[in-house]
Amino acid sequence: MSTVKSFRVLPGFNLTLGYTLGYLSLLILIPLSAVFLKTAELGWDEFVAVVTAPQVVATYKLSFGASLLAAAINAVFGLMLAWALVRYSFPGKKIVDALVDLPFALPTAVAGIALTALYAKNGWLGQYLEPLGIKVAFTPLGVLVALVFIGLPFVVRTVQPILEDLDTELEEAAASLGAQRWQTFRHVILPILLPALLTGFALAFARAVGEYGSVIFIAGNLPYVSEITPLMIITKLEQYDYRGATAIASVMLLFSFALLLIINGLQAWTAKRTGRDR
Amino acid sequence: MAGATSMHLGSDHASRFESKAATRETPLVKWTILALALGFFAIFLLMPLIAVFVEALRKGWETYVSALVDPDALSAIKLTLLAAAISVPLNLVFGVAAAWAIAKFEFRGKQILITLIDLPFSVSPVIAGLVFVLIFGAQGWFGPWLSEHDIKIVFAVPGIVLATVFVTFPFIARELIPLMQAQGREEEEAAVVLGARGWQVFWHVTLPNIKWGLMYGVILTNARAMGEFGAVSVVSGHIRGQTNTLPLHVEILYNEYMFSAAFAVASLLALLALVTLVIKNWVEHQAARSYRETQESAS
Repeated sequence: MSTVKSFRVLPGFNLTLGYTLGYLSLLILIPLSAVFLKTAELGWDEFVAVVTAPQVVATYKLSFGASLLAAAINAVFGLMLAWALVRYSFPGKKIVDALVDLPFALPTAVAGIALTALYAKNGWLGQYLEPLGIKVAFTPLGVLVALVFIGLPFVVRTVQPILEDLDTELEEAAASLGAQRWQTFRHVILPILLPALLTGFALAFARAVGEYGSVIFIAGNLPYVSEITPLMIITKLEQYDYRGATAIASVMLLFSFALLLIINGLQAWTAKRTGRDR
Repeated sequence: MAGATSMHLGSDHASRFESKAATRETPLVKWTILALALGFFAIFLLMPLIAVFVEALRKGWETYVSALVDPDALSAIKLTLLAAAISVPLNLVFGVAAAWAIAKFEFRGKQILITLIDLPFSVSPVIAGLVFVLIFGAQGWFGPWLSEHDIKIVFAVPGIVLATVFVTFPFIARELIPLMQAQGREEEEAAVVLGARGWQVFWHVTLPNIKWGLMYGVILTNARAMGEFGAVSVVSGHIRGQTNTLPLHVEILYNEYMFSAAFAVASLLALLALVTLVIKNWVEHQAARSYRETQESAS
């Protein structure tokens, strides 16, 4: 390091890096390590018993299943929305573009009660869905709806810039060589978009797995049916079962870390394929 | 997890694609995509937003106003503003320091540091609250010591602030890091060579270059700080008039079946979200303009 240091012209390296590391450790790293240290008090057998209890396993299935499905729905419709925003002119486009970020800006509790009002028996959408036998509010389907809401901007905002940067020459070349529009999309455009689309999918999925606020109002929170894993942590905490809550939290944390690494890899792949820095 | 909240500087190029047969879909395909995309948008984004305001005003204007001037609501507003007023400056200082260290210098482990800064985004808000219960709660590491000295952190205001700082931690840093990396360090180095001191360099050279990114990060941090629910819910203890933020107040009213009041308070937060989006768009617009200007003057 000393050889590098002699070339530093700008001041403040030690101060800013020291502050960054200190603040990061104090507020994020040490608190997060508390989860694993507290879990370690349990011992392996008790830990396994807590995190594989049938009620807890049911929450994993719902949380991961609904999150995967929501991310997949967002990948499809998010791509269409990004496509429409980049390639088509339509009235109100600026407003649509701005409102795509609504789930980032709207507090999750507000989203939760609004969605519940929409899909309740007498709600704007619920009143048409219930006679068809589709119950959304207070069922696993409600969890899915909330997770679709919060995940949408991730896909749109990762795909949109890549679509904007796309050279029209590629498509013109494909067309002049006789490709149908669908063939061009399938073999020219989609391969370029794929890493970004997968990144958006993974970001939406990661966010959905940990989501709490928007889900609990619409889920109904029935054990074994519509209980999500983050709620399980809260339930255990309210019963003063700190060890149980912490054990489940450490499982979720490990999963999030793994997902974070995958997302980093996907972003590197996006950068490589499109030549963008980020 | 960059990308999802990064500033978006693109402008409208639709005509570029619509004018050529090779980059255009048949009208049938185009209208199908538009209908599906906008229908999805309307059902999943627009309708919930409208529902908040319609439900809030369902019982009339008086009920609406009385829900907002209720003492518990007012104290929730105060606490929400306080939590944001503390966590935004803290994360602002951190964000600038982190971006300076990472963008202007080379050191080992830089990539790991960037990943660690992103960490709070991938942690469930519930866990963000839980960690502070584990440290400062009655059964936590410092629990006995704190209760001996009669200091309350969990189920009190400090806990709410800590949880808010945790969940808003990366926004400003992750906005500034790529921005400052892209700008390089030549301008700052020139200023130092010309005799400027550290702070002068930052104020007169760096800050003007990053001001839009900085504002963008502050807006996002503020919106999340005021709207955070899960993390704050774990550490709050839900004591009315004392440890209730606006989102928690919405939950309490809702669970007590006071729907109109709950939506009235929720509409305040929805307005905040709309204002956030308007400012965000304006900042993006300004940033895109100044970016184009620098590009033009460089060429």
